[in-house]
Amino acid sequence: MKQIVPLALLSLISAAPALAQMDHSSMPVMNMPGMTMPSGKAGKTNKAAPKKQEKDASQPAMHRSPKRSSAAHRMDMHGMKMSPVASARHADSKIPTTPPPPPPRYSAADLYFDPIAMAAAREELRHENGGSIAWRAFANLLEYQPGSGGGYRWDGEAWIGGDINRFVLKSQGEGSRLDGLENAEIQALYSRAIGVYTDLQFGVRYDFAPTPSRTYATMGFESLAPYWFEVTGALFLSNKGELMARIEGTHDLYLTQRFVLQPRVELNFAAQDSPDIKVGSGLSTAEIGLRLRYEIRREFAPYIGVSYSQKAGATADYAKAEGKDPGQVRFVTGLRVWF
Amino acid sequence: MKVDRRQLLQHAVALTGGGLASSLMPAWAQSKTTLNRGDLPSVSGREIDLTIDRATWSIDGQPGSAITLNGTLPGPIVRLKEGQRVTLRVHNRMDESTSIHWHGMLVPFQMDGVPGVTFPGIPPHSTFVYEFLVKQSGTYWYHSHTGFQEQEGLYGPIVIDPKEREPFAFDRDYVVMLSDFTFMSPKLVFNKLKQEGGVFNYQHQTLAGLLAGRDKTLQERLEWAKMRMDPTDVSDVTGAIYKFLINGHGPEDNWTGLFRPGERVRLRFINAGAQMVFNIRIPGLPMTVISADGQMVRPVVVDEFQIGNAETYDVIVHPKHDRAYTIVSEAIDRSGLGRATLAPRPGMTAPVPPLRERPLSTMKDMGMDMSAMKMGGMDRMQMDSMSGDGTAMAGMSGMGGHSMKGMHGQMASAPPGMAPPKPRGSDAMGDMPEMNMRDPKKAPQVKMGPGVQSIAPMPQDRTGEPGKGLESVGHRVLVYKDLVALKSNSDKRRPTRALEIHLTGNMERFMWGFDGQKFSEATQPYTFRRGERVRVTLVNDTMMLHPIHLHGHFFEVINGAPPNFGPRKHTVNVQPGGKVSFDITAEQGDWAFHCHMLYHMHGGMFQVFSVRPIGGDRA
Repeated sequence: MKQIVPLALLSLISAAPALAQMDHSSMPVMNMPGMTMPSGKAGKTNKAAPKKQEKDASQPAMHRSPKRSSAAHRMDMHGMKMSPVASARHADSKIPTTPPPPPPRYSAADLYFDPIAMAAAREELRHENGGSIAWRAFANLLEYQPGSGGGYRWDGEAWIGGDINRFVLKSQGEGSRLDGLENAEIQALYSRAIGVYTDLQFGVRYDFAPTPSRTYATMGFESLAPYWFEVTGALFLSNKGELMARIEGTHDLYLTQRFVLQPRVELNFAAQDSPDIKVGSGLSTAEIGLRLRYEIRREFAPYIGVSYSQKAGATADYAKAEGKDPGQVRFVTGLRVWF
Repeated sequence: MKVDRRQLLQHAVALTGGGLASSLMPAWAQSKTTLNRGDLPSVSGREIDLTIDRATWSIDGQPGSAITLNGTLPGPIVRLKEGQRVTLRVHNRMDESTSIHWHGMLVPFQMDGVPGVTFPGIPPHSTFVYEFLVKQSGTYWYHSHTGFQEQEGLYGPIVIDPKEREPFAFDRDYVVMLSDFTFMSPKLVFNKLKQEGGVFNYQHQTLAGLLAGRDKTLQERLEWAKMRMDPTDVSDVTGAIYKFLINGHGPEDNWTGLFRPGERVRLRFINAGAQMVFNIRIPGLPMTVISADGQMVRPVVVDEFQIGNAETYDVIVHPKHDRAYTIVSEAIDRSGLGRATLAPRPGMTAPVPPLRERPLSTMKDMGMDMSAMKMGGMDRMQMDSMSGDGTAMAGMSGMGGHSMKGMHGQMASAPPGMAPPKPRGSDAMGDMPEMNMRDPKKAPQVKMGPGVQSIAPMPQDRTGEPGKGLESVGHRVLVYKDLVALKSNSDKRRPTRALEIHLTGNMERFMWGFDGQKFSEATQPYTFRRGERVRVTLVNDTMMLHPIHLHGHFFEVINGAPPNFGPRKHTVNVQPGGKVSFDITAEQGDWAFHCHMLYHMHGGMFQVFSVRPIGGDRA
């Protein structure tokens, strides 16, 4: 508040007429400079509205001549001095934005009630009105791949905290009945809202699989992009000095109130070859998925979908060497759920 | 009969104290047939006892967890007489602390009942005694100002009989208290809103709708999507989890008020909804609005009105025929409705109208004036005062509206509510120059941060508009510009200071605040000198309506009414992308100032007006 006062004063002094114009829209009967005033004032009110004559009169019963009235308006607009009566109602531009009094030195209620009890109540009130803690546990993917192998996969996160600072746990992974766990990771992050739609996140990631397992330092973001695209991305620096990156985007398309189609794209990159975990440099895997869910409630939605993933470059070569197909199409069924 | 009942209770209270009164109430409440008919139970007299307790309350046959007052939901009507002194002993029988705020009552600040602002609250299993002089008359209400207790049913009406006879006649007098009730814990509701803003919205725009030619056009949808704004986000909490109550009864329980054909019936509408704004109509019966927020206004006849949270409107209806009428309280987002009946005999019902199509937000709700932008040839400022679907024309007579009328005859000729529907696709911006929707220069006092999603580029006076979704309903709808105080305001001084406050928020993060700050972040209150006359302008930078309430004061809304006849209100709806100015005379003390949507308040849209000095101090 303090910083704006000099500004407001300055603009008052230097640009009173301009200021007056700025505030016009709040004044239903404001006259405008440069606007042709009718010579007669037989303005008809909206039929059903109550009578509103004499906008510029001091008393409702008093009539003003149209000429005087419009002249007064015009004078007013040019920042000239007017009688207080004439200007009383139509120039909130003329009401100065003087500084407010200084902050109070005491809480009013302390005069009547135990100040200790009041202090506790004030703390509670702050907490209640804007300072509360919220939480969410959310699985965007929790799915099973019917058919041979019995593949499964999950991708979700949980957070707890205020609006700006949060603690986030993320986990994703996949595997199959046949081969066991292929990839599995967990991230513990500090998340901070840095923009209207963007959170910045820092923390650690630990991979249970593949082995040998790794620990990474993580820096990432979550953001809502224009056109309602949810975008997340992160850089990972492993304890073996490897640098990797991941970017992921989803979009929810409401087909009907409850059928929602979610396209999803995920790209993984690596800065180097890591043969022991079979990740090559450059784009390592790309995946595109399309899932159709039915929101029984917004929080609970079973889905079916298809997902195509393609290992690329050296990563593909590692897979081929193991006799695995670097490209895979999977039909999935799952549950998108949050608490 | 009603009078007898009241007297009986009054005597009961006077002779035996509140114990008997409160033990009478539950018995009364249990009798379903009595309960959904006639006026609510009431308490009155010099000394009144109110007992707060948790209870199970049945809505349309489904039991829910609630808080009751003297065993009922809503609590009993506190019936007072202007000029009397009253002592209200509030007994808290719960295991949690509580409070009662007397909404709209001009009481000393220490009796205002806001924990953390005016008193410490009422601890579990204790009693707090409120005592004050009743300085006013009209329809008000009381509610808890602690946690989410208001959502759980802790509210009731206040009716104050005037010293002098009122200048209108009526034969019957009913309170019609509107509210929203959920079987979900309100804490969970709030948490879900934090998790995902649109969690309760089941009225999205869909691809199916686009293909069927409904809702916004593809171009409009893309423009909105680009801005990450959802035009269907009208109510945060919806009929998906709400039951809409009238006098504590669901639509199936159907509260019924009786009348004899030809009688004039006064209905005192109070919106005690925690989050829902209602559209009120009684198909077949025009309503004469006689007071707003407890203060008498020049009578206005309307067919429908929108009532923001905590507002009250008294209307008189004059049913002449021997038939039933349905009182409809339709949710602003059309996700459900409350229903009650006026009937000559119990058991009679009238058809319940189906829900109307839900409204979509427009560019104007973002604080953009499409008509002005499209008519580039005209001076923008001129257009500002003319917009508002022509309804602002009502206020333009003073400057020679007829020439404007010549130019825009069609706009001026449609009374509020009867504008021709806007053609589909007319809200598209097309190749108009893109506007900065978050320009800090438009609001230098706003602290920019993640809690500020947008700053309205061209906020407008929307007091001439009937409210979202009521622009083209085909009958006359009340607008704020219709409200003219019946009696001249007592403080005729011109304000000596102007203060602009921005209502800000982020719908995605469900953060709300004033001037970019949540109450939890704000370092100091808004300050005033005692007796100071200030013009406050509220600018709504968000896409949601905010009913803003100032405790302990009536403010005079600047709505184009003749000088000193601006309507005196305690709560004012600030339309999305709109602004409202009012004058206050600061009363000593600390006063809560907040959005009366409970979840917005808890999201941070709360502040304190601090008025000094108090008593003889020299601060």
